[in-house]
Amino acid sequence: MNALIIAEREFKTLFVAPLAWIVLAVLEALAAFMFLTQVEKFMRLQKTLALIDNAPGLTDIIVLPLYGNVGILLLLATPLLTMGVIASERRYKTLCLLLSAPISSADIILGKFLTSWGLLLVLLLLLTLMPLSLLLGGSLDMGKLVSNCLALALLSAAFTATGIYFSTLSSHPVAAAISSFGLLLLLWILDWTSSFSDEPSPILTYLSLLKHFQHLQTGLLSSMDVIFFLLYTGLFLFLSIRHLDKLRKHP
Amino acid sequence: MTLLIEAIDVTRYYGKHCVVNAISFTLTTGQVLGFLGPNGAGKTTTMQMLTGNLAPSSGTIKINGFDSVKQAIPAKQSLGYLPDTPPLYKDLTVIEYLRYCGKLHHIPADQLSKAVSYTLERCGLVDVQQRLIANLSKGLQQRVGIAQAILHSPKLIILDEPTVGLDPLQITEIRTLIRELGQDHGIILSTHRLSEVQEVCSHVQIIDKGTLLLNQRIDELNQFIEVSCIQIRTQQPADLNQVTQIPGVDTVTTISAQVFQVHYRLPTNPTAELTELIRSQGWELLELTPVKKSMEDIFIELIQEHQS
Repeated sequence: MNALIIAEREFKTLFVAPLAWIVLAVLEALAAFMFLTQVEKFMRLQKTLALIDNAPGLTDIIVLPLYGNVGILLLLATPLLTMGVIASERRYKTLCLLLSAPISSADIILGKFLTSWGLLLVLLLLLTLMPLSLLLGGSLDMGKLVSNCLALALLSAAFTATGIYFSTLSSHPVAAAISSFGLLLLLWILDWTSSFSDEPSPILTYLSLLKHFQHLQTGLLSSMDVIFFLLYTGLFLFLSIRHLDKLRKHP
Repeated sequence: MTLLIEAIDVTRYYGKHCVVNAISFTLTTGQVLGFLGPNGAGKTTTMQMLTGNLAPSSGTIKINGFDSVKQAIPAKQSLGYLPDTPPLYKDLTVIEYLRYCGKLHHIPADQLSKAVSYTLERCGLVDVQQRLIANLSKGLQQRVGIAQAILHSPKLIILDEPTVGLDPLQITEIRTLIRELGQDHGIILSTHRLSEVQEVCSHVQIIDKGTLLLNQRIDELNQFIEVSCIQIRTQQPADLNQVTQIPGVDTVTTISAQVFQVHYRLPTNPTAELTELIRSQGWELLELTPVKKSMEDIFIELIQEHQS
């Protein structure tokens, strides 16, 4: 429960400072623009769609692209959000307080993870209000909406864990941001080769974050994809804890 | 008496550079240990190892009976630490910060407010408790750092240069606080100010280049540094050869025609014979002052001896 003490304090501080509000406002504004574009697109397609059997519904045309685009937004934003979590504590020498308190490295990392992930979940919550507003005049495929929310929640957990790991590696926040952005983007585009090769490498396809995310988005709740994200997040949290322990031996 | 610190052959390397070399010592409740040494002597590194911020390359440290590496969490439970840069979250108010520190040290929720208000009072922070730490002066920030270290009334308090950046009045206050805390806690403090050690500490350790040069009780040290030299001023120039004849006198140095200093070995004290000689020779004694050897002298002597 020590992790919760850290998370609670940091989460409160986030919302006292302007940072969290700015992040939420900017990302939310971008998402709203994307949402409205999709709504516009649906309006135009509506007549054509009515003629097709088994046509894609409101959810497919609005929710899927919206959540996919927000995923890319998070790919850019998460490294910036997490770059400081350990790195600036090292820079301003406040990490010492946590290291000399009777709590484990796992508590520190988990606390930091819950804070950053919590902020992204707030963003997700606000985002979900947009498609829900469509219920006023239409109907949604709730199953698909839920699986999109889950996909984005898992994706942001994976992004956050990566960002935290690189933040423990470096005492320079910008270096941490660039490194985690680099790795995340690489994992995102890893299956580009599959589009032009007849036999795409199964390893590259398996490692691609985008593939797993898209699978979940279609509403296909496969345990394989969920487990992939959980393993990925767990691995990076584990590496961060290991590295924080190592910092005590070789600062 | 509980053994709060038991350090055995603690060594720390940074790469190939040995910063702390096989230091061993113990500390019990009621002791205030002063850590003295020039910059880069290994004081901060030793403190970081004691507080579990840094693992020793070899050797063991036991805090209150718990190994500082293998049983880190129970060991840290009985520890309060003020590092050389106070670990302050500048975007919190003093009271928010202290409440957070209290929670991190597992102060039960029903005792937290009491502990915080008691510590605020003890460190003279009551008036600024609602202010942001970023807006406090350096002296006040330092006091918040001290408050953080004593908040959970740990058995062992480790303070790395606690009086740096404070004005003389605040220094006196903090020293009084340290003396008070020393009665029922074990305290280690590092400092450059030798007078501080003489004033508040019960024990002193001098380290240089990672080696422990001296580990002694302050009163023993005071005995060791007590008068071994007196300065004499006479109306008539004295014949120094006669002074040297007095048993126990080591050397005599001339300061000016009428002033000279007599060095002697303890425990003999030639003052009585000296005054008798001056009276019988009619040199007319004007002034007789014991020249006290300060801790500075010992410190510099020891360091020079070690470095040569």
